[in-house]
Amino acid sequence: MSKQLTDVEDVLEGAVKKHGLSVVPLLQEIQEHFRYLPEEVLRMLSRKTGIPLIDIYHAATFYNSLSLTPRARHQISVCAGTTCHIRGGGKLIEEIFQLLGIRPGEITSDGEFMLETVNCLGCCAFAPAMVVDGKYYGNLNPGEVREILNALRKKAVS
Amino acid sequence: MPINLIGVEPLYKELNHNTTLSLVRFLLQGGVLMNTGIRSKLAKPVDLKNLREMLKDRLDPKKQRLVVCGDTGCSVCGSRELAPAIEEVLQERGLAGSVELKVTGCLGFCEKGPLVLVFPGAVFYQQVQAEDAAEIVEKTVLRGEIVDRLLYTDPADGRKITCAYDIPFYKLQTRTLLETGWYINPLDIDDYIARGGYAALAKVLDGMPPEAVIAEIKEADLRGRGGAGFPTGLKWEFCRAAAGNEKYILCNADEGDPGAFMDRSLLEGNPHAVLEGIIIAAYAVGAKEGIIYIRIEYPTAVLKIEQAVRQARELGLLGKNILGSGFDFEVIISKGAGAFVCGEETALIRAAEGKVGEPRQKPPFPANAGFRGMPTVINNVETFVNVPLIINRGAAAYHETGTESSGGTKIFCLVGKINNSGLVEVPFGTTLRQIIFGIGGGIKNGKRFKAVQTGGPSGGCLPEEMLDLKVDFKDLAQAGSIMGSGGMIVMDEDTCVVDLARYFLQFLKSESCGKCFSCRVGIQRMLEIYDRLTTGSASIEDLDLLEELAVTVKDTSMCGLGQTSANPVLSTLRYFRDEYLAHVRDKRCPAGVCRSLFRYSIDQDSCIGCGSCAEQCHAGAIVEMEEGCYSINPELCTRCGACVEACVSDAITKG
Repeated sequence: MSKQLTDVEDVLEGAVKKHGLSVVPLLQEIQEHFRYLPEEVLRMLSRKTGIPLIDIYHAATFYNSLSLTPRARHQISVCAGTTCHIRGGGKLIEEIFQLLGIRPGEITSDGEFMLETVNCLGCCAFAPAMVVDGKYYGNLNPGEVREILNALRKKAVS
Repeated sequence: MPINLIGVEPLYKELNHNTTLSLVRFLLQGGVLMNTGIRSKLAKPVDLKNLREMLKDRLDPKKQRLVVCGDTGCSVCGSRELAPAIEEVLQERGLAGSVELKVTGCLGFCEKGPLVLVFPGAVFYQQVQAEDAAEIVEKTVLRGEIVDRLLYTDPADGRKITCAYDIPFYKLQTRTLLETGWYINPLDIDDYIARGGYAALAKVLDGMPPEAVIAEIKEADLRGRGGAGFPTGLKWEFCRAAAGNEKYILCNADEGDPGAFMDRSLLEGNPHAVLEGIIIAAYAVGAKEGIIYIRIEYPTAVLKIEQAVRQARELGLLGKNILGSGFDFEVIISKGAGAFVCGEETALIRAAEGKVGEPRQKPPFPANAGFRGMPTVINNVETFVNVPLIINRGAAAYHETGTESSGGTKIFCLVGKINNSGLVEVPFGTTLRQIIFGIGGGIKNGKRFKAVQTGGPSGGCLPEEMLDLKVDFKDLAQAGSIMGSGGMIVMDEDTCVVDLARYFLQFLKSESCGKCFSCRVGIQRMLEIYDRLTTGSASIEDLDLLEELAVTVKDTSMCGLGQTSANPVLSTLRYFRDEYLAHVRDKRCPAGVCRSLFRYSIDQDSCIGCGSCAEQCHAGAIVEMEEGCYSINPELCTRCGACVEACVSDAITKG
């Protein structure tokens, strides 16, 4: 535990040195390190810099790419851009709910999958699209989504 | 909770660690090295000219060149595997030295990706996969033959087209800003310089007074491409005239509209052009420092612009005493954390300062009090790319394209239910019809055109009778929409405009910063009306209330987000009132989108009794009544449409 705490201290120290009291770059740096913004670390940041916790919380909840929740093992991001919406992106989200029981922003109880929607993946020619663990999939229908996720689930079991 | 990710966290995570290398390797396929060695600075304009002279063999039109699109769209469908495959074949055949392989930014015709161009001749190959690499090299590069099966077929006459420039999608465009992207490796400053890059900067620094630069931009009638269309020259003039010596240039690269990726494509395809525009702007207004505020969710664009800044600095095109002119300028890159409202300029300033990006009241305008409270010019990526073009060509020649009030061209992301999705560039004044039916090739699957939505979530929907509208800031606004940053989403008869307006409000609700009561609560109340509309419980009075709310939010919100949030509501009420009435009076969704307002049923005459629909139904709503005879229980059906996709005999109907 003490080793971990020193690690956190180091990360905070480095971040403050680099960004001063600019709250957003500080949080980006912390998130880069921990993959999300752990509450304890934010409290430490507040004590260290004197930035009120409420301001840190404000920034952390204002920006979409900052997250207060830990990540799951498999990250599913379904595009919720306009083109994907009119080309059936909603059905993909519905399919994932049927399959995994999670809505956007939720994690499966076993911590395996997290579903998010993203405002635009920028590959509208291949709408509807989603990204699973960094891999892009385009021109999807619900059946294909099921295949992709089932393959991942099988891997997890075996 | 939507998050604004493009690379999405795992990739972003990768980027920060070991896979940065693999991405860079992909982008640099073909052996072009990053200029990371120390290069001597260019001390005067003539040095730049000499360097260009040294690089002139890069322009050799006879040189054999293979261009692979490295943009996100083409990467999704295989170009990341394709480029290494081509490189391997070239090496095997001992061609690596004589045939150049370039991974470029977006080539435009995303619909047909991955794309490959073979020069000389601009031979256009579509949907190319790694397996095709050997054949392309073997036939086209070595023997000058065409690989017929990879050519584009014109749907109008079934003719195969060899040269990219003959394909209607490209032929009907005016590609002045995008053209260079076909020929340069975005990570290599020498490629840009060889094609005339930084010539405009040299021209400006070599004896053109800042006032003359501003006058040129004003004469060109360059309008801000970020959305509002404010005259750029005027903005620069205000900032130059503002009191104080500490001034800033802020480049808005925080592209947040869903369905719009013009700025990303420019940053990824031609980052030095953006940078050159920024430096010229700084010279014109007297700024010493610039900030590029870019979405952290555009990892490739971040990487490329960072590389561009590094290379420009190495050559002395940034830093102290640029090209011996005595002009100093530096650029820093600030990474945005994803908030749509940061497109608003006062919010952007705060975000660039590392704070929460909430807008503030204007005046004072940023030209007087912007970044760190100092006079600041804020322009969008595409605006900056126009600047070197104007300086090189001269305002008069530049303005030969465009309309009287808006000079030049505009890039659009043409997407939706359209045949030719992609990045298109047209002069201001081109009609919607020319873009959608000419360049775009009309509606997918022979469906009927219903509406086009311009300007992102705060834009409006325009119906068929507006198709001859000329695309221009003024004309679009009069029609009840906006230019926005250039998203153009085409909808067919299967799109419900009520559902669409609801979708935009949902987006705006989650992106509203909540500062103004009217925006925060007004959007929420409108959304509640839409919930009633799409579930069949709205009354006719709701439509009047909706209109009243929309007008109030528009009139009383402080920033652009609130002021334009009414556009999707008012424009659809104006042009598609009948569809609203169908939802209210008949409890019917004519497009068959709103799930509470239609039912699926099986047409027993067409049904062949295969049962594949029942297999696909999660809800267990499809049951076999007697052998080979299926029926859908509307109580259990979730209207997911899986059965329709599964049906082989088109027997499932909506009604």
